[in-house]
Amino acid sequence: MASAEEIARAADRKDIRDRWLLSAPALIIILVAATGPLLIVLVYSFLTSAAYGGVEWKFSPEAWVSVFLERDIFDDTLSLADANITIFWRSIKLALMTTVVTLALGFPTAYFMATRSEKTRDLWLFLITIPFWTNLLIRTFAVLQIIRNEGIINTLLMKAGIISAPIQILFTDTAILIGMAYVYLPLMVLPIYASMEKLDFRLVEAGYDLYASRWQVLRRIILPLVKPGVIAGSILVFIPAIGAYVTPSILGGGKNMMISNFIELQFGQAHNWPLGSALAITVMVIVMIALLVYVRNTGAASGERRG
Amino acid sequence: MAKPFSIRHQPGFTAIAALCFFALYLPILVLVVYAFNAASSTAEWGGLSLKWFQSAAQNTQVIDATVRSFQIAATAAVIATIAATMAALATTRTPPYPGLTFKYAAINQPLMVPEIVTAVALLIFFSRIKIFTGYSGLGYLIAAHTAFCIPFAYLPIRARLENMDLTLERAAADLYATPWRAFRRVTLPLLWPGILAGLMLAFVISLDDVVITEFVKSGGQDTLPTYMLGQIRRGITPEINAISTAFLLLSVAIVTLFFFVSRKRD
Amino acid sequence: MPEKPDRNAIEVRGVRKVFGTGENAVAALATVSVSIRENEFFTLLGPSGCGKTTLLRLIAGFDYPSAGEILLYGDDIAPQPPFRRPVNTVFQSYALFPHMTVAENIGFGLEMLNKPKAEVKARVAEMLRLVRMEQLANRRTSQISGGQQQRVALARALAPQPKVLLLDEPLSALDYKLRKDMQIELKRLQGETGITFIFVTHDQEEALTMSDRIAVMSAGRILQVGAPRDIYDRPADRFVADFIGESNFLKGDVTGTDGGRATVKLSSGTEIRASLPEGFSPSGSVTVVVRPEHAQLAAADGGAALQGTVENVVYLGTDTHFHLRLDDGVPFIVRRQNARGGADSFAAGSRAGVVIGGDAAQVLRD
Ligand SMILES: Nc1ncnc2c1ncn2[C@@H]1O[C@H](COP(=O)(O)OP(=O)(O)O)[C@@H](O)[C@H]1O
Ligand SMILES: [Mg+2]
Repeated sequence: MASAEEIARAADRKDIRDRWLLSAPALIIILVAATGPLLIVLVYSFLTSAAYGGVEWKFSPEAWVSVFLERDIFDDTLSLADANITIFWRSIKLALMTTVVTLALGFPTAYFMATRSEKTRDLWLFLITIPFWTNLLIRTFAVLQIIRNEGIINTLLMKAGIISAPIQILFTDTAILIGMAYVYLPLMVLPIYASMEKLDFRLVEAGYDLYASRWQVLRRIILPLVKPGVIAGSILVFIPAIGAYVTPSILGGGKNMMISNFIELQFGQAHNWPLGSALAITVMVIVMIALLVYVRNTGAASGERRG
Repeated sequence: MAKPFSIRHQPGFTAIAALCFFALYLPILVLVVYAFNAASSTAEWGGLSLKWFQSAAQNTQVIDATVRSFQIAATAAVIATIAATMAALATTRTPPYPGLTFKYAAINQPLMVPEIVTAVALLIFFSRIKIFTGYSGLGYLIAAHTAFCIPFAYLPIRARLENMDLTLERAAADLYATPWRAFRRVTLPLLWPGILAGLMLAFVISLDDVVITEFVKSGGQDTLPTYMLGQIRRGITPEINAISTAFLLLSVAIVTLFFFVSRKRD
Repeated sequence: MPEKPDRNAIEVRGVRKVFGTGENAVAALATVSVSIRENEFFTLLGPSGCGKTTLLRLIAGFDYPSAGEILLYGDDIAPQPPFRRPVNTVFQSYALFPHMTVAENIGFGLEMLNKPKAEVKARVAEMLRLVRMEQLANRRTSQISGGQQQRVALARALAPQPKVLLLDEPLSALDYKLRKDMQIELKRLQGETGITFIFVTHDQEEALTMSDRIAVMSAGRILQVGAPRDIYDRPADRFVADFIGESNFLKGDVTGTDGGRATVKLSSGTEIRASLPEGFSPSGSVTVVVRPEHAQLAAADGGAALQGTVENVVYLGTDTHFHLRLDDGVPFIVRRQNARGGADSFAAGSRAGVVIGGDAAQVLRD
C-alpha cells in the first residue's frame, strides 16, 4: 500500500505533468513560428552571401565584420562603416528622443486622467485606448496627411501669412520623431496611468502638510511612487521605436532609414542575407540590454515593496 | 477673491493633457474628413462625396485583401486564444514548479523581440520550408500570426485567472464535480470575459500587423495593411482614406466591446 | 452485529503536513492523532495559524498529508480525490458560485452526483426550508446578505447528505448578533440532520457553547481533547488554560498525591488540594491554575489560603473583577457576580484574603 508521502508526491508529479501538457500547444507554436527561427537568423549571420539572395553554406565572419567595418574595394583595408553606424545612431537617437517626448507629454496626461472624478476617468481611458487599438499604419498615414507640404499645418501657417512657402517636414528625421511620438504616446500613458490611479492622494496631502511645494510634492512623492509605471512606459515605447519599420518607411522616405528599413534592404535589393541577419541580431541585443535594465529596476522596486 | 488651494493641481499639466488629446484626434479627424472628399487628390477639397468608398468597395484587390485579412485574423485569433487559455491555466494559481519561468519567458518571447527580427527570421525559415515542401498557401501567415497573438491573448486571460478564487473550484470538487465538470461548470463560465477579451485583442493585433506579414507573405497574399502600405508608398488617393475610415470604425467597435467586457466585474 | 453507539466517523492517525522543502519547510501539522465520533459536534479550537484549516483540507482531500493516514468509517481515504469523498465543506469565504442562483448553488452537489432532476428539486426545496431561505431561491448569490450567504453555503454542503460536514470558521465574517443566532441555528441543524460536524473556530466562547467535544490546537499539535466542561474546568496544560477563559497561575511543590488529586504547597506557604490531569503523577515543583470565578474574597488575615492587596476594581455589569497583588508579588484575579444594590466591599488599596475552594485548583502538566 502506498504511503501518504508517496501519494502526495505522485499527485504533485501528475499536476506538473498536466500543466506541461496544457501549455504544450502554446509553447510549440511559439517555438516553431517565433523563437526557433531566431536561431536560424544567428546561423545565417555566419554564412556567405549568395549572389541573388539567400546564402551559401560556407562559414564566413564577413557579415559581422561589415556590421561595423567597411572593406575598401581597392586596397582591402578596413575602416569604420560610417553609413551603418549612422543608421544605428539615428535609430537609437530617434528611439530615445521618442521616449523622452512621449514621457514629457504622457506623464502630465496620465496625471490629468488619474485626477479626474471616478466617473469621467473611464471616459478618458477610453479616449486613450482607441488610438492604442487603431492600426498603426493608419495612424502613421494620418500623421503623413497633417505634416506634408499640402497638409493642414503648412496650409494654415501660409494662410495666416507666417510662412510664404511650406516647411518641408516630411521625409526628415523630425517627421519620423513626430510620427513615432504620435503612434507610441498611448503606450506611455497607459502604464503610467495604471500606477497613478493606484496612488493614494492622502500621501500628497501629507506632503503639503509637511511644507512641500507643488514641485517638491511632484519630485519627492508622486514621481517615486509611480516610477514602476514610468519605467514600464519607457520600455514599452523604446523597444518598438528602435525596431520601428512602418513609421520611418512612410514618413522618413528612402534616405532617412532606421535599422529596420536597412535590414529590409539587405533582404531585398542588396541581396545580403547574412548582413541582414547580423543586423537583426544586433537590434535584438540592444533590446535585450534595455529589457535587462528594466528587469533590474522593477525587480529592485518590487523587492523593496516586499521587504 | 483668492482661489482655494487644490491638492491635485499641478501647473501646466491640464494644458499638456488637452494638447495631447487634441493632437491624438486631429490627424484621425482629418483623415476621416478627407475620405469624403470629392476631389481626386488629397491635396485639395472638392466637396462632399462617397465616391471613394464606392471605388474601394469595387476594387477587387481591396476586397481580396480584406477577405484575406479576416481569414487570417479569425483563424489565428481562435487558435491563439485556445492555446493561450490552456497555457494560462497551466501557469497560474500554482506554487513555482520546475519550468514555470521558462514557460513565462517562452510565451512572452514574441513581445520581447522587435517585430522586424521575427519577420526576418520567419522569412528565412519559411522560405526554406517552401522550397522543401512546395506549399505556399496562407498557412505560413496563419502560423506566424498565431505565434505573435498568443502573448496578447494570454495577458487578459491570465489576469482574470489570477483574480479568480481557487476556492470556487475546490468547492465544486467538494460537491462531487470531477475535474472536467468543475472546469466546465465553474472555471470556464467565470473565465469567459477574460477569454473574450483575449480573443478580441488577438484578432485586432493580427488584423493590424504589417511588418511580419510583409516579410512572410508570398506573391498575391497581400492583407489589407500590406496592400495599404504599398499604395501609400506609391502615392496617395482618397481611396486609402476611405479604407482607413472603414478600418477605423471596426477598431472603435472592437475597443468599445473590449472595454465593456474587460471592465465588467461580477 | 449491533451498531456500536460511539463509532468513529473520522480517525486521524499520526498525520503530519509539511509545506515547502529544505530550509523553507513549515510543519503546519506536527503529528496529529484524533478520533471523531459519529453524530457528534466536534470543534477544532486554536489561534490563527495553528493548523486547523490544514487539517480540514486534508480530510476534505484538497491536500495530501506528508505522513500518516485518515480513516472515514474505517477506510483509508488517501486514494480518493475530493469529489469521491462523502464529506462536504462550508468554506470560510462561503465560496458560493457567483454565476449561479441560490437554488442552483444548493442543487450543484446533487446534480454532480447525477441524481434525477425531480429528486434534486425536491431536496433543494427541503434545504431551502431547512435554512429558511424559500423566498430567495432565484436570487444571485451576490444579491443576498452575508448571513444569507452563510446559510446558502450551509444548505449547499448539507444537500448531498454527507457523512461528515466540515465547517471552517463559518461564522467569523458575521457580526455579533447574527453570529449568536447562527450558533443556535447550527446546533439545531446538527441535531436535525444527525450529521457529524467538524467545526473550526478560534473563538473559545463559540467552541464552549456549541460543541459536544473540543480539541484545542496550538502550533500544529492537539493539546487536549474533551467535553467543554473538562476543557474549561480541567485544562491539562498552560496553553489551554491561558487560551480558554481567564486563569490565575500559582507556583508550588507537590507534597503528596492520592487518586486523581495532589496536595500542593504554594510558595506562600499554604497547602491546597488540586486535581491532576489524567495519567499524570508529578513530583517537585508544579504550576496550579485557578479560574477567577472559582476563588472568593475574604477578610484579610482571616485564615484564607492567600493574602494580598486589591490593586484595581473593574466593574463589568454582570460581575466585578478584583485585581490583586499577592504578598509574594504574584498577580491574582477574583471574579464576583454582582447583586443588585451590593456595594464594593473591597476597594482598591485595601487588604484581602483569597479562598480557594476544594475543587477549584488544577495542576498543569508542564
Ligand atoms: N499552502 C501553504 N503553503 C505554505 N504554508 C502554509 C500553506 N497553508 C498553510 N500554511 C502554513 O501552515 C500553518 C497553519 O495554517 P492554517 O492551517 O491555515 O492555520 P489556521 O487555519 O489554524 O489559521 C500556518 O503557519 C500557515 O502559514
Ligand atoms: Mg484557517
